[in-house]
Amino acid sequence: MIRVSIDSAPIEVAIELAALEERGAGGLATFTGVVRGDDGVTALELEHYPGMTEQALIALAETACARWSLLAVTMVHRVGVMVPGDRIVFVGTAAQHRREALDACGFLIDRLKTDAPFWKREQLGDAARWVDARARDVDAATRWEAGQ
Amino acid sequence: MDLLYFAWVRERIGMGQEQVEPPAEVRSVADLIGWLATRSPGHAEAMRAPERLRAAIDQKFVPLDAPLGAAREVALFPPVTGG
Repeated sequence: MIRVSIDSAPIEVAIELAALEERGAGGLATFTGVVRGDDGVTALELEHYPGMTEQALIALAETACARWSLLAVTMVHRVGVMVPGDRIVFVGTAAQHRREALDACGFLIDRLKTDAPFWKREQLGDAARWVDARARDVDAATRWEAGQ
Repeated sequence: MDLLYFAWVRERIGMGQEQVEPPAEVRSVADLIGWLATRSPGHAEAMRAPERLRAAIDQKFVPLDAPLGAAREVALFPPVTGG
């Protein structure tokens, strides 16, 4: 079962987790990304490419399901304006055993960062700046290529 | 063809989408970027450094040398920064 959601509403981790637990898995792995208040960031705005984003996340979830034995995958990404402390992304996987759940969860969050059309804009008081892509995110995503 | 712009590309051009009919010699995404740069000062600013741009054709990521073919929707944007 694959659940993908892109929404401006706050991410409800307990509800997402409960839905994964209902799959009767032996293990769940989750990653929650939270907006950091580094460098005086007062707000973070997330823009995305409606239509393509959903397809990109579903394609990643399908790739994970083909590579690992999974009972369920959930990927939820918040868009719009957030403040430090808000959840920005949630990835959850359910499997019979921990290794599949943990590896698939790591794969999904690493690849989401490079393969899905989202853009972050930081607000620092009255100033704003678009966040630059980081080479270490590309390295983390590349790590999951076949054979590694 | 429908063009979509995101993040600072959208801000510099001053709009999120437009419809264009590029001339026949515009065959690749890179050609399109060069042609768009001539449309307005905002376009020129957004297209000034093609190496900083990424593209999608009909909602699939493509390299800048990809042929436009029968593209219906082309999007131009900076490298993605989600998660």
